[in-house]
Amino acid sequence: MDFETVIGLEVHAQLLTDTKIFCNCSTQFGAAPNSHACPVCLGMPGVLPVLNKKVVEYAMKMALATHCTINGQNVFARKNYFYPDLPKGYQISQFAYPLAEHGYIMIETGEGPRKIGITRIHMEEDAGKLIHDDHNPVSYVDLNRTGVPLIEIVGEPDIRSPEEAAEYLRRLHEILVYLDICDGNMEEGSFRCDANVSIRPRGQKEFGTRTELKNMNSFRNVQRALEYEVRRQQYLVENGEKIVQETRLWDDAQGVTNPMRSKEEAHDYRYFPDPDLVPVVVDEAWVADICAGMPELPQAKRERFVNDYQIPAYDAGVLTADKALAEYYEEVVKLCGKPKIASNWVMGDVLKFLNEEKKSIRECPVSAKSLADMIGLIEQGTISGKIAKEVIADMYATGKPPQDIIKEKGLVQITDEGELVKTVTAIIAANPKQLADYRGGKEKLFGFFVGQVMKATQGKANPQMVNDLLKKMLA
Amino acid sequence: MELYRLTIHALQEKIRNGEVSALQIAESVFSRIDAVEGLVHSYIRLMKEEALEAAARADETIKKGGIQPLTGIPIALKDIVCTRGIPTTCGSHILHQFVPPYNATVVEKLAAAGAVFVGKTNMDEFAMGSSTETSYFGPTRNPWDPERIPGGSSGGSATAVAADECIASIGSDTGGSIRQPAALCGVVGMKPTYGRVSRFGLIAFASSLDQIGPFTKDVEDCAIMMNVLAGYDPKESTSVKAEVPDYRRFIGRDLQGWKIGIPKEYFIDGIDPEVSAAVAKTIETVRQCGASIVEISLQHTKYCVAVYYIIAPAEASSNLARYDGVRYGFRAADARDLSEMYQKTRRQGFGAEVKRRIMIGTYALSAGYYDAYYGKASQVRALIRRDFDEAFAQCDVILTPTTPTPAFKIGEKTDDPLQMYLSDIFTISANLAGIPGISVPCGFSASGLPIGVQFLAGHFEEGKLLQVASAYEKSAAVEKRRPAL
Repeated sequence: MDFETVIGLEVHAQLLTDTKIFCNCSTQFGAAPNSHACPVCLGMPGVLPVLNKKVVEYAMKMALATHCTINGQNVFARKNYFYPDLPKGYQISQFAYPLAEHGYIMIETGEGPRKIGITRIHMEEDAGKLIHDDHNPVSYVDLNRTGVPLIEIVGEPDIRSPEEAAEYLRRLHEILVYLDICDGNMEEGSFRCDANVSIRPRGQKEFGTRTELKNMNSFRNVQRALEYEVRRQQYLVENGEKIVQETRLWDDAQGVTNPMRSKEEAHDYRYFPDPDLVPVVVDEAWVADICAGMPELPQAKRERFVNDYQIPAYDAGVLTADKALAEYYEEVVKLCGKPKIASNWVMGDVLKFLNEEKKSIRECPVSAKSLADMIGLIEQGTISGKIAKEVIADMYATGKPPQDIIKEKGLVQITDEGELVKTVTAIIAANPKQLADYRGGKEKLFGFFVGQVMKATQGKANPQMVNDLLKKMLA
Repeated sequence: MELYRLTIHALQEKIRNGEVSALQIAESVFSRIDAVEGLVHSYIRLMKEEALEAAARADETIKKGGIQPLTGIPIALKDIVCTRGIPTTCGSHILHQFVPPYNATVVEKLAAAGAVFVGKTNMDEFAMGSSTETSYFGPTRNPWDPERIPGGSSGGSATAVAADECIASIGSDTGGSIRQPAALCGVVGMKPTYGRVSRFGLIAFASSLDQIGPFTKDVEDCAIMMNVLAGYDPKESTSVKAEVPDYRRFIGRDLQGWKIGIPKEYFIDGIDPEVSAAVAKTIETVRQCGASIVEISLQHTKYCVAVYYIIAPAEASSNLARYDGVRYGFRAADARDLSEMYQKTRRQGFGAEVKRRIMIGTYALSAGYYDAYYGKASQVRALIRRDFDEAFAQCDVILTPTTPTPAFKIGEKTDDPLQMYLSDIFTISANLAGIPGISVPCGFSASGLPIGVQFLAGHFEEGKLLQVASAYEKSAAVEKRRPAL
C-alpha cells in the first residue's frame, strides 16, 4: 500500500532573557543546584508571579518572524499536575488565549519550497530537573530551571516526511538564533522537540491514529525517530494491527521508540486562567516597536545574497545558515569586492577548517580582512590560486595576515618573463622525446610540460604566462 | 488603667502626650491575654518576646520624635500572612512547622508604621470555614458566649480585638472571612477592594477573591489601619495603581444628600428576626443621619453562593497543589513511592473541609465539566459585578445585614456544610464583584450576642464606607457594650 506520512511538531525554545519569567532569578545554565531559586521558584505559600516583559517581547519577535497574528489580549493559564520538578503543582502556561496564532514558515523540499503552518505560539515557564541517584533509591530536585521562560511553537500537521521535519526544525532553529532570543543548544535543552506522527493511505483525507514522540535531542534523532515510527506504523497497518494513540519515547541507543507508561500520560490538566496574573495587553504601538527592532531574517538574507551577490542559491543557503557566518562573508565581500570568489573561499577552505575542529565562525583565526587581502593578492597576480591554498592553511594555523606568510615563505608568484623563458627553455631541452611526440600530434603532453615548469618553480610560476610561453615555444 | 481596652487613636494620643509608653501598652495587652486567652483561644502563636522588644524599640522612636501611625500599637496577625522567621501555619497540619523566609507586604508595611506584633491568630484551615472550627489547632470561642463560634475564617483575629487581646488585627476575606466574624464578635471589620491591599505573602485560598483587611474597635481605627495597608505593590500583578486617599478624613462627616441602597434580595425569609429588627433600626438611624433610602435590586444575588462554591474551590484546588511534601511542610512517613508520598502527605496533612473543597474544585475544573461549572460560574460572576455597577449608579452605598443570624453554637453546623456555607450568604457577593465592604456593630440579640450591619460601596470607595460607618457609629442610637469575660 502507498502511504502518506503526516507530521506535526511541537517545539519548546528557552528564551535568552537574563532573568526568569516570573521572578528575578538568573536563567544561567550550569550553576550549582538550587542556587538560582527563590521562594517564587520554590512555590512557597503566598508568593506571587510578576511577568518579565522581556519574555513577551522575545516571544513577539518569534511570532512576527513566523507571520503569526498577535492577540491583543492573551492570558496565562494554569496547567495542573503533580510532579516533584513542578513546585506549585501547576505550570503557568497559555491555553485558550495564546500570544500568537495562524502563522507559517517556508521550507525547502525536493519538490520546491513549501509552507508549513504554525498553529500557535505561547509563553510558559520551564519546570525543574530531577536528578536520580544511581546507587540509592533517592531523587534530588534542582529548581534552577524552574521558571526559565519558554515559548512553545505548535506546528500544523503539514509536514509529509521525516526529512521535511528535520528541515522545518532547522529553519525554526535558524530563525530563533537569528532573532537572538534562543541559543538553540539542543544538548542543554534550550531547543526541544516533540513530534506527532501518523500515516494514511495516499489520497485519504482523514488523519490516521497518531502517536506522540518524545526524547529526541538532535535534528538527526528527530529524523531517525520519525523514520522508525513511520516504518513501525506501516508494519502494523500492513499486518492488520491497530495503531494505539500513545506517547512513545525515542531510545537513541537501540534506535527504536517505546511506549511511555500509560500512567505517566493519563493527565487531565484542568487548565483555567491564572488568577494571579492579569491578561497581557499588546497594543499596536508595542507591535510596531518590536517590528522596528527586527533583524533581517534568514529567508530574506538568502534572497538578497542571490540577488545582490549573484551567487547560487546553494551558496546563499550555506552562508546564511549562521548569522555570524553571513556577517563574515559580507565583510569579506565588502573588502575585496569579489562575491563569488569570496563565497568559494569561505565555503571551501574556511568552513572545512572550522568543521574539522568543530569551531564556529566566531572562533575563526582568519579574519575577514585577511581573507579579503588574500583574494586581492590572487587577483593582482601576486600569488596563484594554487599557492593560495597553501597560504590560507597557514593563515588558519597561525592567524597571520597573508602578506606576512607570502613574504616569510617566499611564495610570491614568478611573473618575470625573462626568468620564465629561461626555465621553459631548460625544460624543453631536457625532454627531447616528449617534444618530438608533442610535435608529432600528442597534444596531451602539453600538460606534462606545464607540470614540469610548475615543479621547477615550486608552483610559483604564473600559470597563465607558463601556458602562453609553452604554446609559443613548443610550436 | 486598662490600656488594652483602648483604641489606636486613644492610645496614640496618650503616647503623644507622654502619658504611656509602648512597653506599658504591650504589657497591658499581654496581661489581658494571660487572663482570657485560655477561654477564647484567639492565638495559634504568641510573640511576647518579639513584641516586648519591638515595644522597647518603639519607645526609642517615640523619644526621638519619629512617631509613626502605629508606633507602639499591639497588632495581631491572622496566621495566613507570612512572617519571616516566625512559623506561619494557615491553621493546617500540613504547614504546622512552616517558617517563611519572607514577610508578607502587609507585615512589612505594618512594621514600617511602627506596629508591635502580638502573635498569629487562629483561623479555619486555609481560611476554609465560617466558624474557626476547622483549625488544626482547635476552635476559637466567641468572647460573648464561649459556647458559640466567633465566625470565620478569621475568627482569632476577630476575638483578639473583641476580647481586647490586641488593639487591632489583620484578617483575610475570601467570602466574608473578615466581615462575618466581625459581626459575630461585635467589632469593625473591612474587606477592601480587590487589588487595594497587597496579597503578596498572603497564603492563597482563592486568588481572585482573597483580600486582606483590618479588624478594629471602631471605625476611626479602621481608617488608620487602611492608611497603612492600602497601596500598590509591584510584587503583585493584580495590585492596582490607584491613588490612596487619607482615609481618616472620611471620619466624622455627615451623610447629607447621601443615598443608601437597600437591595430587596438581601431581606429574605430565614433571616433571624432579631437580626432583621436590628438592621431595620440601623436603616432608620442612617436616615436620621441625613441620608435618603432607595430600594435597589441585585438580581443575580440568588446565584452568589453557588458561583462562589465553584470558583473558590476551583482556585483552591490549584493553589493547594503545592503542599505535596516535596520541598517544605509536612511529609508523611513510610511512603513506598512518589504517588504514595503525595497521597499520604495530603491525606494526613489536610483536614476534612479542605479536602472537600479540593475535591469540589478539582471536579469543577475537570475535562468535560469545565464549561458547565467553572466557565458558567465565571459568566454569572460578571453578571453579579454588573448588578453592582448598576446599583451604584443609583446610590452611594448599599446596606445589608452582615450575617443571617448571630453566632451559632460550636459544633452546630460542622456536620452540615451547606448550612455552614449559608452563613456567608450576604458577604460573598462583594468578593465576587471585587468591591469593598465593612461590617459595623449594630446591636445585640436578646441573649446578648452582637449583630452586625454591612455597607458595600463601588470599587476603591473605601472612603464612602468609612464615612457612612463612622456617621452611623457616632449616632446615639448605637449601643456600646463589652463582653463579660
